[in-house]
Amino acid sequence: MTMSSSSPGVIAASRRRRGRRHALVVMTLLLVVAAIFVFTLSVGQTVTPPGEVLRVVMGESVPGASFTVGQLRLPRAVLAILAGLSFGLGGVAFQIMLRNPLASPDIIGISSGAGAAAVFAIIVLAMKGPMVSVFAVVAGLGVALLVYGLSSRNGVAGTRLVLVGIAVSAMLESVISYILSQAPAWNLQEAMRWLTGSVNGMQLAQAVPLLLSLVVFGGLLLSRTKDLEALRLGDDTAAALGVRVSAARIMIIVGAVGVIASATAVTGPIAFVAFLSGPTAARIVGSSGSLLVPSALIGAVLVLGGDYIGQFLLPGRYPVGVVTGALGAPYLIFLIVRVNRTGGSL
Amino acid sequence: MTAARKTAAPSSIAVRSNGVRGLWLAGIFALLVALLALSVTIGTRAVPWSDIGAALSGRVDDIGQAAVAVRIPRTVLALLAGAALGLAGAIMQGVTRNPLADPGILGVNMGASLAVVVGVAWFNIASAEAYVWTAILGAGCSAIFVYTIGSLGRGGATPLKLTLAGAATSVAFSSMVIAVVLPRADIAGGIRSWQIGGVGGAAFERIIPVLPFLAVGFAISLLSARKLNSLALGDDLAAGLGERVATARAIGALGAILLCGATTAICGPIGFIGLVVPHLCRLLIGVDHRWLLPFSAIGGACLLLAADIVGRVVARPAELDVGVVTALIGAPFFIWIVRRQKVREL
Repeated sequence: MTMSSSSPGVIAASRRRRGRRHALVVMTLLLVVAAIFVFTLSVGQTVTPPGEVLRVVMGESVPGASFTVGQLRLPRAVLAILAGLSFGLGGVAFQIMLRNPLASPDIIGISSGAGAAAVFAIIVLAMKGPMVSVFAVVAGLGVALLVYGLSSRNGVAGTRLVLVGIAVSAMLESVISYILSQAPAWNLQEAMRWLTGSVNGMQLAQAVPLLLSLVVFGGLLLSRTKDLEALRLGDDTAAALGVRVSAARIMIIVGAVGVIASATAVTGPIAFVAFLSGPTAARIVGSSGSLLVPSALIGAVLVLGGDYIGQFLLPGRYPVGVVTGALGAPYLIFLIVRVNRTGGSL
Repeated sequence: MTAARKTAAPSSIAVRSNGVRGLWLAGIFALLVALLALSVTIGTRAVPWSDIGAALSGRVDDIGQAAVAVRIPRTVLALLAGAALGLAGAIMQGVTRNPLADPGILGVNMGASLAVVVGVAWFNIASAEAYVWTAILGAGCSAIFVYTIGSLGRGGATPLKLTLAGAATSVAFSSMVIAVVLPRADIAGGIRSWQIGGVGGAAFERIIPVLPFLAVGFAISLLSARKLNSLALGDDLAAGLGERVATARAIGALGAILLCGATTAICGPIGFIGLVVPHLCRLLIGVDHRWLLPFSAIGGACLLLAADIVGRVVARPAELDVGVVTALIGAPFFIWIVRRQKVREL
């Protein structure tokens, strides 16, 4: 008890220190995203000086740069960032809530639900644009509730939810394969988008629904930061800290599924981004604060960087999902090994 | 119910009298014969009985007889593949003592297909024997890999860890498959249709080279029944009874891998047969592997034949690939098992 006089000061100081570290991490990640963004806008098959890029972005018409930068690179980069933010944010929310890095939306069926809905909407119902996003979000929520409902018996156990999610995901994947194989205009590139995710041939208009969903659903998630932090300690602890666990869970599921499904409806399920961002953020941030924003930014880095690598740094051109899939696989294995060895969570 | 529940705690072997078992055996044989007959008679085209008889005796004079002549190898393939997958599933559940084990869920089939795709794309394999060897190699590597990852850490190879390791490995492998296939437009179409998993394009000249592998696989698997019975008692007790546990596991796994690899080489990855069938058989005849293994083989053949027939009928005039049908039947079954088990056991 001799510590009691000094401990409030110590705690406050360490809290300040952690806050500073968290802010530093977020700032650094923002700078990295911005740097890659500028780089992908100016360096491609041809190099456009940053000055010209800026003028194009401001809306001026610059001969020689307006098309490559304005029409090709800018929409692609913007969508890559938005999709990356969405996947990173939604993924980490699920991972924290279920306290298992493997319980990311790509593995427990949310992504395949949204993907199956988008494929169905586009190929069978001939829908276009924002309607597809709405349809995918609704279907993603439906799948999430189905998985949640099927795994609740005397309360939802994280393990059961993951296993049910894997089964639902397997079912939906085979539905996607079937719809794609029946598509009248068999187009492999288009099909690949729905199997791995890609930002090829994007238009700036497609960013609007994504931006909206990030504001609405992402905002919802960020407003639940405190609940998520408490849930990270376990359901019982969270309940003891005054969190209404099931209500908080529902809100988090709605928010996370919202961002994931709207991103999936536009770019397809970009492999492993939702899965990779959270654990990476956890390594960088440590215990210094919330993982949500850092994870979203890491998602943006992954998609933006992966797309650039797939376009220019590899022999042949690959969609971003193939690059993130190939990068993600070894990391995934490493993570399973590490989690299994320690028995711990994120 | 009671018999299947004992797989989770297999300390006592359910006793079924041989008379009951014999009765079920006769019943399942009758079902198999009926399904074989249906598989030859039912199809997209309605064919009169006279033509079916003529086609069975080897004549292909008109289009009806030709249609039936195509159904014959397809039926044979469904019979063989179903038996192999059902048996492999029963072995895997015995070897891993895991109620959720299945060649599809544990990533073994996906490993086989990745190996085949790599072989086709990079090493120009074309002969049926090369396909089978490559597939078996892939199946073996991925089985060892998934089992190693899944059994690290506390508690050994729990169902949850194995399933997650398998699901994650499947996701990783399937994005590698896409990465390999994408730049090769020349092989992409064939591989996509093979990837869904089906028996539609069966022909005797593709089935015959696989027969020796299947025969060896069946023999090894059926002979390991007694060892699996010992393993079901738990590693310590099995060792106490004089069983060399690691050897017993390795022999069982070898049989299962041969069966999965050979099946995947001709049909593509078909999931869930190996999960569903052994569970149903356990309900009927108990947990003695000397009965369970042959029963699972016959049951697997029945299920795959039935799934194939359903796939031909529901989407007339098109066909639903059998891999899609088995996923749609099998995933709810998987969820049912997950819900039934106590969380602690998972």
